[in-house]
Amino acid sequence: MRILVTVKFVPDLQSQRSFTEGAVTRTGDDGTMNELDENAVEAALQLKEAAGEGEVYALTVGGDDAVAAVRKALQLGVDHAIHVSDAAIAGSDVFGTAKVIAAAVRKVHDEAPLDLVVTGMAALDGLTSMLPTALAVELDWSQLTLASGLTVEDGAATIVRHLPDAHETVSAPLPAVVSVTDEANKPPYPNFKLIMAARSKPVTTWALADLGIDPAAVGAGAARTVVVDASPRPPRENRVTVTDTGDAGTQLADFLLEKGLA
Amino acid sequence: MTTVAVLVETRSGEVTQPTFEALTLARSLGTPVAVWLGEAPEAPEVARLGLYGAAEVRVVAVGDEARLPAVAAAALGAATSDAEVMLMVSTFVNKEIATRLALATGAGVVVDAAGAELVDGRVETMQTVFAATWNVRTRIEADRAIVGIRPNTTQAIAGEAPGAATLVEVAADLRQARETVVVVEPVSAPEGVPLAEAPVVVSGGRGTGGDYTLVRELADVLGGAVGASRDATDEGWISHEHMVGQTGTTVTPALYVACGISGAVHHRGGMQASGTIVAVNIDPDAPIFEIADFGVVGDLGDVLPQAIARIRERRAG
Repeated sequence: MRILVTVKFVPDLQSQRSFTEGAVTRTGDDGTMNELDENAVEAALQLKEAAGEGEVYALTVGGDDAVAAVRKALQLGVDHAIHVSDAAIAGSDVFGTAKVIAAAVRKVHDEAPLDLVVTGMAALDGLTSMLPTALAVELDWSQLTLASGLTVEDGAATIVRHLPDAHETVSAPLPAVVSVTDEANKPPYPNFKLIMAARSKPVTTWALADLGIDPAAVGAGAARTVVVDASPRPPRENRVTVTDTGDAGTQLADFLLEKGLA
Repeated sequence: MTTVAVLVETRSGEVTQPTFEALTLARSLGTPVAVWLGEAPEAPEVARLGLYGAAEVRVVAVGDEARLPAVAAAALGAATSDAEVMLMVSTFVNKEIATRLALATGAGVVVDAAGAELVDGRVETMQTVFAATWNVRTRIEADRAIVGIRPNTTQAIAGEAPGAATLVEVAADLRQARETVVVVEPVSAPEGVPLAEAPVVVSGGRGTGGDYTLVRELADVLGGAVGASRDATDEGWISHEHMVGQTGTTVTPALYVACGISGAVHHRGGMQASGTIVAVNIDPDAPIFEIADFGVVGDLGDVLPQAIARIRERRAG
């Protein structure tokens, strides 16, 4: 079983997140691997273990600091790490990013065929959840997204997909792009042995030229959308907190009634 | 005049409220046409779409295979080749459909938008990001725009001069998708308004200890839907469909009441854009108090029954 997992470098959820010139501020100080990508790494490792053989690759796209995302994936136990970095990629929209990732996937696939690309269900900075679909279309592979369960058998992958109106079981031939939800598995706590082993593992770095991508086809210039304004929302005003001394329930009710909310 | 296509969402055969919200928004951008995927709608539903401004209801007859994003996107594409703008409700499935349609047509996409307007011939959208701590305005530079609109961000208002919508059948050449839907197991919808569309949401977390009686009662009194934190759904106290948060349902009700919820960033990301936020928690240091308009440090078992009784008493009086 050969699997590639895409991981994203995002600002830590607990940090002060912000925008710089229309893009999410991403720095090494408070950046980390997107938490939901841990589920993708874990799903890939479980499939490899079940198959009894295989290779798991982690791939990230981003500036110098983004290498932290694939280093984290190495610490979680993946075999190989790839970092695609090129100044021309900056400012790409989801379609540009998908183009870059697809080219990198094809490069790995051409060396020896991959069975799956596994991604997280969303990146916790943008939360659009569009990349897995865009990647499946770019690769012209099967799309199996939002999997809360995943099995691979006889050249096909089958997922369980929990949607608000129904639980679906969807099947498709390999190779496939699968996105897994945070219900799919519980990523284990960091393992000291794996963390130590990860230190000596190399990270392969590719630029756009290595992938045969025209720089004009990606980046800010090719983006179909542009952020024209970004500003912090003002804090809520006139906030009240009361400690219950026997009548807080009544105070709460009166607050709602006065505001016409009850 | 710009043609603005709106993808119709239905539940039990009836058009949903967020669809009417999208049609209302569509009227401010151009001429709305509704797109209906599935068996042809009943006359009352066509009439209601007309009431909210749809000049046409375009029907693409597709079956269960339209559950696959590839099929739905192809069907939608066939019905909207003349539409400069496409609006849909921002759901996980629609984000996938939007992505495929955009790759087929060259459109630019914004999802999770809280509004949209035309500025110098281009669509600009408003969103909140980073757990609703930032406002962002995005301009779609492509000639075609696809926008996913969050429920409850536009008020649905019927058109001033509503006409009868014309039913138009659209033939679509749908190639076989790679994927196959093997099983569809319907989820029985909770009674009342769905979480994402509810004007009031009352949520319970770890502090409920698994007993949702008071949370449900307060939701009932306020005419709201019941939500939950990730902790509560992980414990199996309440089903996953109730989870409010970044990976569950994002809600923007006029009133959000958090009961026994600490307010981890994952939860805040799913509710922080709500109108008024009320929190009841025994822990005075719970982060939820940082964003609550009205916070009560106290025991749910004391505070909620008293609040419920007071509201009932004032209404009766």
